[in-house]
Amino acid sequence: MSSTFPAPALATVEITVNGRAYRRAVEPRTSLVDFLRETLGLTGTHVGCEHGVCGACSVLLDGDPVRSCLIFAVQADGLSVTTVEGLAPERGKLSALQDAFCESHAMQCGYCTPGMLIACQDLLAHNPQPDEAAIRDAIGGNLCRCTGYQQIVDAVKLAAGAPAHG
Amino acid sequence: MADAPRDKAYEAFRYIGRRRRAVEHRRFVVGQGRYAADIQPPGLLHVAIVASPHASARIVSVDASAALAMPGVHAVVTGDQLTPELEPMLPGVDAPKVERYPLANGVVRYAGEWVVAVVAETRALAEDASELVEIEYEAAPHIMDPERAMEAGAPLVHPAHGSNVIFRRVFEWGPVAKDFGAADHQLSYRVRWGRSSTVPIETFVVTCDWNDATSLLDVWASIQMPKYPELLARCLRLPGNAVRVHFDVDVGGSYGVKRGLKHSILVGYLSRMLGRPVRFLEDRLENMRGGDMQGPDRIFDVTLAFDADGTVRSMRMRAVDDIGAYSGRSPLQLGKPVGAIVGPYRIASVEYDAISVMTNKTPQEAVRGFGQAPTNYAIETGMNRVARFLSLDPIELRRRNLIGKDEFPYLIPSGTTYDSGDYQAVLDKALNAAAYPDLLRERDALRARGLLAGIGVSTCLEPSGGNSAFEPLFNPKNPTTTWMDSCLVRIDLNGAVTASMGTSTSGQAHETLVSTVVGEVLHREPDSIRVIHADSLGALPSNSPVGSRMAIMLGGAAAGAARLLRDKMIRIAAHAMQVPPDAILWDGGDAVLREDPSRGMRWGALVEIAHRKYHEMPEGMEPGLQEKFVWEVPTGGKMPTADGRVQMYPCHSFESHVVLASIDPETGKVALHRYAVGHDCGVMISPDVVHGMTYGGIAHGLGAALMERFAFSEDGQFLSGSFADYLIPSAHEVPSISIADHCTPSPLTSFGQKGSGEAGYLGGPAAIAGAVNDALAARGASIDALPMTPPAIWRALAAASTASTPAHRELAPAFEGEKC
Repeated sequence: MSSTFPAPALATVEITVNGRAYRRAVEPRTSLVDFLRETLGLTGTHVGCEHGVCGACSVLLDGDPVRSCLIFAVQADGLSVTTVEGLAPERGKLSALQDAFCESHAMQCGYCTPGMLIACQDLLAHNPQPDEAAIRDAIGGNLCRCTGYQQIVDAVKLAAGAPAHG
Repeated sequence: MADAPRDKAYEAFRYIGRRRRAVEHRRFVVGQGRYAADIQPPGLLHVAIVASPHASARIVSVDASAALAMPGVHAVVTGDQLTPELEPMLPGVDAPKVERYPLANGVVRYAGEWVVAVVAETRALAEDASELVEIEYEAAPHIMDPERAMEAGAPLVHPAHGSNVIFRRVFEWGPVAKDFGAADHQLSYRVRWGRSSTVPIETFVVTCDWNDATSLLDVWASIQMPKYPELLARCLRLPGNAVRVHFDVDVGGSYGVKRGLKHSILVGYLSRMLGRPVRFLEDRLENMRGGDMQGPDRIFDVTLAFDADGTVRSMRMRAVDDIGAYSGRSPLQLGKPVGAIVGPYRIASVEYDAISVMTNKTPQEAVRGFGQAPTNYAIETGMNRVARFLSLDPIELRRRNLIGKDEFPYLIPSGTTYDSGDYQAVLDKALNAAAYPDLLRERDALRARGLLAGIGVSTCLEPSGGNSAFEPLFNPKNPTTTWMDSCLVRIDLNGAVTASMGTSTSGQAHETLVSTVVGEVLHREPDSIRVIHADSLGALPSNSPVGSRMAIMLGGAAAGAARLLRDKMIRIAAHAMQVPPDAILWDGGDAVLREDPSRGMRWGALVEIAHRKYHEMPEGMEPGLQEKFVWEVPTGGKMPTADGRVQMYPCHSFESHVVLASIDPETGKVALHRYAVGHDCGVMISPDVVHGMTYGGIAHGLGAALMERFAFSEDGQFLSGSFADYLIPSAHEVPSISIADHCTPSPLTSFGQKGSGEAGYLGGPAAIAGAVNDALAARGASIDALPMTPPAIWRALAAASTASTPAHRELAPAFEGEKC
């Protein structure tokens, strides 16, 4: 073990989050989720395990779902990120999926919800009419301790057939 | 999505029992929840922990010089520095020599115990510095097996206590020897409930900010714990009014375990020492290894006395619970089951030997059900064994023993009276929801395909209304019989209603509960009612959402306060209209004449009088519209009898699970094909919330039954510190579940509601274990330890198939759960 740590050099990243471009200097070891939460103050994305299993920190990176605890901010340089804060069509409105989560009681403590919404948003983008097996596959990598998943499955079914709601 | 319940009990209500979106969801789906980790005061410092690598050792020396020399490091603190500044945390029972502080003092008692705290400007920097702290240890003997820990000569976890047994009491309720003597048969068995927990996705987080000028410690914590502000102040040697806990944080799941008192004491001390806001945020390893939130770990030895017709007369139960290296609430988790020690059955007498043992493991904390789920599993295993012994259908055996619906209130031998229930009806609904005849055919079809398949049934009690009667029962020096909750409701000058509660919420939708109840009483649209979480200095007393109590206790308090307000507004109207108050009818938030509802006074006019027109108020009436209601838990306020009989909780929900499972004999993996549960928690205030908790409780139960286990090596190392090692059920493992509601109102509560926060978890493991054993029976195998993991099942199958081949016996070691 070395007795001192060299002060890490900072790297500059340019990342577009929810349509807005940010340019920040970060330590290369900064994870994308810490960048979102601590550097940008976007605390909607949650940290559950920090080892890529629970899915609470899921975001869309250039449209694909990723675990933001397993990605460094520098790896997202030049890319576009969508977080839970960017899912609503406009301020004060909910997306069909967000609305369905409320309607179906698809959450309790709300902690896994941002990651669940990201996983389900990605599912519906690729499969607008998923059956139950497809829904369970899509959320199979996102852990929830409150719901037993059933009302989340209900919500995705509802969203697949429902228009947006204020 | 379930429709609104159709039971007649709901006809009297406007809002109770109707589908309604939970108030909390709107902020969660847009990422605007406010969790403890989201609170970032300026100048925030961060804590990293140096944990013990040994299960038992003496701390020889600590060298923190390299860590302290790092730029950005503000402090490195050891137990030697911290402990003299603190009062110890309470051990739950009368064991003053079992001392517990946030950091180790001279010795470590489990691998993962906190030894040194490092404070730095970022979390990463604190972790860097923590790696530079050099600690020299001298390893000492350790003990991991709770039964060996009870033997003479075993290494002592706390030598000053003189024994590893921190609590033992043998209770005898009713004529046990006589009932055993009169019974046709006896049957003994052993079952083990494995060490697991509810493991919320949010780890524990606490931020403290000490202010020198006001001498006030502000605390934001992901907490769910009775008397947390008072305990924190006491341990920090501060007056209670110098600690202000902000209960308006959203807690990311708890189910009992979010009790980071030691974390909070440490961080509170550090903030005061440094004059800066300080945060500790557990990472997942810290959460599972040193977060002190592992659940019951229990060995049951049970003997049942029963007749040839299946009548179970009496039970002897010995429960040895491994609480780990320190004690908090954990010994009391053997106490709550006293209030449902016979389950839903007419068992006339019980001997209960409750033994709480310390080992060199991570300490145990309160987990959903507070010890009732393991006990239910032990009782239900016995019912299945008696049925097998008598060649009776396990459902029929249960029917012969269930307390009848006309027998309530029903006094069980240990002194608790069950308030109400209809167990046969709920069992019938569960069987109906499972389409039981089809289920049998489906089981046989699975068997025909070469799988092992079985059906499990459980019928279990769900005590609710969270009282603390186990405290005086387990500690005569603790005469606590008060376990109140409260609510303040006010109507402002503009006529808007705000209710104030005094605890945080960890997913139970309390804002929805309170606004529904207040709306029901005042006839105001619930969505127009705001519910706030007062901080601990502004709050009325609460004992927090433990023991499935909030629908009963907070709901009852909110109803009580709202009724006082309604009565006051009726008296204002009666005075204005010069009629007696009983001539007034409350109708849609207005006061109208009973005789002529077209005449009356509107809500706004009554508010106006109360707030602005003192001259129009009845003489002597307090101005304004604000009422509090504080109430003691129903049936509470009594000490136990000398022979250990006590009314534990007031209300008793009931659940019956029916599950079809199959096992792949090649891998030992279990799949659940159909799952139905009949559930009776009285009147459901928010049906979606109750159903959600039930689904989630079943998922927890599935984890405890089949997957989740905190494992330790023989040399005391913690082996399951990540989600790759500690397996949590995903949407692939949790099946689709059918819930059949039943409603037997409680006579003890404001609307007939009972509690449901532990629903699903209290009966799920017993049913799933029953299904696995029913499946294994075809191979002559059985397994009586949770979790029934694929390797454990595979070994049980191997043991059964090679039992007659001595050369292969080494393939079949003990059940996995028998390891430490």
